[in-house]
Amino acid sequence: MKLIKKSIEKDKSGYVTLYPEELEDMWHVYNLIQTEDQLKATTIRRIQSESATGSSSSQRVRLTLTIVVETVDFDPQAGLLRINGRVSSESQYVKMNSYHTIDLELNRNFTLFKNEWDTIALERVEDACDITKQADVAAIVCQEGLANVCLVTQHMTIVRQRIETPIPRKRKGSVTNYEKGLGRFYDQVYQALLRHVNFDVVKGIIIASPGFVKDQLYHYIFDQAVKTDNKMLMENRPKFLLVHCSSGHKHSLQEVMQDDSVKAKLADTKAAREVAALDKFYVMLNNDPDRAFYGFKHVAKANERGAIGTLMVTDALFRSADIATRRKYIELVEGVRASGGQVLVFSTLHVSGEQLNQLTGVAAILTFPLPDIEEEDEEEVAEENDDTQANSDEMDVADDLGL
Amino acid sequence: MSKQPSQQHAKVTSGQGKSTDEDVEFLEDDDDNQMDFDMAALNLGEKKLKIATAKPKKVSSIASTPVSSQPSSPKVTPLAKIPPSKRVDVEAEYAKRTSDKAKLNMVVIGHVDAGKSTLMGHFLYALGQVSEKTIRKYEREAQKIGKSSFAYAWVLDETGEERIRGITMDIATNSFETTSKQFTLLDAPGHRDFIPNMISGAAQADVAILVIDATTGEFEAGFDANGQTKEHALLVRSLGVQQMIVAVNKLDAMEWSKPRFDEITAKLGTFLIQAGFRKSKLHFVPVSGLTGENLVKKTEGCPLYDWYKGQTLVERVDQFEPPVRLLDKPFRMAVSDFFKGGIGSSSGVSVAGRIDAGHVQVGEQVVAIPGGEIGVIKTMQVNDDTATWGAAGDSCLMTLTGLDIMQLSSGTVLCTPAHPVPVTSTFIAQLVVFDIKVPITSGFPIILHHQSLNEPASIVKLIATIDKATGEIIKKNPRHLSKGSTATVRIKLDNRPIPLETFKDNKDLGRVMLRKGGETVAAGVVTQILTFGS
Repeated sequence: MKLIKKSIEKDKSGYVTLYPEELEDMWHVYNLIQTEDQLKATTIRRIQSESATGSSSSQRVRLTLTIVVETVDFDPQAGLLRINGRVSSESQYVKMNSYHTIDLELNRNFTLFKNEWDTIALERVEDACDITKQADVAAIVCQEGLANVCLVTQHMTIVRQRIETPIPRKRKGSVTNYEKGLGRFYDQVYQALLRHVNFDVVKGIIIASPGFVKDQLYHYIFDQAVKTDNKMLMENRPKFLLVHCSSGHKHSLQEVMQDDSVKAKLADTKAAREVAALDKFYVMLNNDPDRAFYGFKHVAKANERGAIGTLMVTDALFRSADIATRRKYIELVEGVRASGGQVLVFSTLHVSGEQLNQLTGVAAILTFPLPDIEEEDEEEVAEENDDTQANSDEMDVADDLGL
Repeated sequence: MSKQPSQQHAKVTSGQGKSTDEDVEFLEDDDDNQMDFDMAALNLGEKKLKIATAKPKKVSSIASTPVSSQPSSPKVTPLAKIPPSKRVDVEAEYAKRTSDKAKLNMVVIGHVDAGKSTLMGHFLYALGQVSEKTIRKYEREAQKIGKSSFAYAWVLDETGEERIRGITMDIATNSFETTSKQFTLLDAPGHRDFIPNMISGAAQADVAILVIDATTGEFEAGFDANGQTKEHALLVRSLGVQQMIVAVNKLDAMEWSKPRFDEITAKLGTFLIQAGFRKSKLHFVPVSGLTGENLVKKTEGCPLYDWYKGQTLVERVDQFEPPVRLLDKPFRMAVSDFFKGGIGSSSGVSVAGRIDAGHVQVGEQVVAIPGGEIGVIKTMQVNDDTATWGAAGDSCLMTLTGLDIMQLSSGTVLCTPAHPVPVTSTFIAQLVVFDIKVPITSGFPIILHHQSLNEPASIVKLIATIDKATGEIIKKNPRHLSKGSTATVRIKLDNRPIPLETFKDNKDLGRVMLRKGGETVAAGVVTQILTFGS
């Protein structure tokens, strides 16, 4: 994404003009836009006009509209962002206050007006426009009969294709069925690899599996490449990386991210950092439970006493339509920063973010133990459950995104 | 989803009350209070079962799964296509067969390279299940690739990959007979990466042989925290196996040393008893898979018999007691394998698995869940022999007609159309947490193993931790579960619903194993199913 223009007043109101270039940018925009914001972008609208004789004609017109945002929909698979709202600028064709839905397009400028640009939003803009942070990796996590072909970027993990093929097990005296099934499976993964991975863009291709599936798949891919004389694959052979993981399910990406050879390849990407932090949290919870807390209430209390060393929050919390909720979390983030703590905003499109989201969405590792936090609010526990419930609902929404 | 939480909440609390009651009940008749805290919990399942079998009336009345609650006249519809004269009275036939030779399923487990496949391959050869000619052929071929010691393992390791690498990757099924019993042998892979396959095999087993490598350093490696000896033993125990033989293998390499055998027996015995095995149902047998010593025959003059006066492996195996089968329950068979084409070269779809409950016969209609498609059993095999019927505990291969292969997946359960198994994506389970490195919190992503199926799931809520000693709730809504604790949790499947029953209704289909990052983090039983259907 490119930042074209930024103009923010002292009262934090103002606008930003951005130029989205790739799929991931849509995810950034999705995280930026909130209800009540104003969005100005070019869009297409069908205009119906009635002539003097009464015959009506309709015509599609490209025009620039400004809308007051009401709902935002995002499809991570296709990278489509649809923003619906009321038109707030008069134009030749469209009346004020009529509804319009803008399909945000790649490679076209748009301008976003906000009444308040808070730190999280501004950071998001900065993050999105930082080209040094881009690293796309394709990952195939598989086990016999199951493969997930994923694309991992800084902020997103997208399952491009999930392949599930039944493979007959070996039977006494006959392994032909098994071997045939396995061959079919490898072929499907190979086809998926060709279809979904853009070798010009990705920095590496990770094949991860338990057992020997990864080795066999790797051999299959290059046997096929030789047979079909696929130059693209042959040239990119050094980009392939074989990693061990415990299963072919998407969860295993977390293990893959922690593998040293992958870390080296990804050079400290956000995804790897998030996994490491979450891991540290769990270790702390095990070794010293008084230094690891989750749930807003506990974390906020720890923050009051300036104890937070690392704060982990998911971006889902900042997407909240309720301004008060958003502000609550922003204050938490600012508070932690002010007291010298580190803040990590997890992307809910990553596996680790998904996990944190289910863990109320906010967790903290403290610099010193606070054993009394838990005791203080025995009666508040019930309330917190409602929080958890709300969060798991939110998670369902994330599920609906097709993750 | 949006409307459900409140309802679920109500159900959660009621379910909790019920399970606690049960715990109290179970502990009253528990005679073994000395048991280690976490291990005792593994026992819980069996104890509950006792209650369940003792009071069958009570069970059906509190069954929380409406679909399968009452096993009333399940024979009406499924047999419609068989003329009455041709119907088999399975229960009578079963009684006849049991009085002749009971059928058991035996799984062979142990650390990687303990010699499981070699031991069992040699065992089958010694019993005459494998011909002299075949073994000679394997010996020649194995020698050719420089793995002559693997010849016997090739009886069970049949795929090219397994033979080249010299390790078992998937369950191999075979069968043999002893003087009083028929056995289905399931040879499990020992490597940690293939534990999902091992679980799929162990889920079908009634009894187990744990193979131990007795050579210096190897036993210790397998027994360590990273070895599979402990994990396998805990897994089979949690999957309901109560009787086990420990085959102390490769003792020939230790000059049949008695001190070594005693050392292993002592170390392992303590652990296994802690893990919930009864001492009376645990037997140690010194063997050599490579030379075949003490498998079936005792060689005169072998130094082993200077001190070992006990039984050979086959004699010991013969003494396994057949477990009680759930014959009167509605028919259930978890599919572990399926492929196109029937037995022989007939058309149709073949499915393999073990019958978990009830019975079936050729011509009967069965329904594949999930999906709900109905098929008719055309032919079937039990232990590789053509049969006209099969009952709980039998390991079957059957050809179905009228069923599309697309309707089957590795988690499919075949059942009687009169009482199909419930399908769910959210349920409450009572867990025993294994020796884990990081604690379990809500939102914890796991791989759920159920029979042959493994599916990603999440622990969405920690409902309560339970005190093993009293069965009381220690803490509601705990922040996390640490190792060794027992707790009730709510689990949600990530991708799709699966067929599942409560432990009360069906002990095999009511067990789940939870794994994460290549380690088993917990074993559990399903106490309540919260949502039905997809």
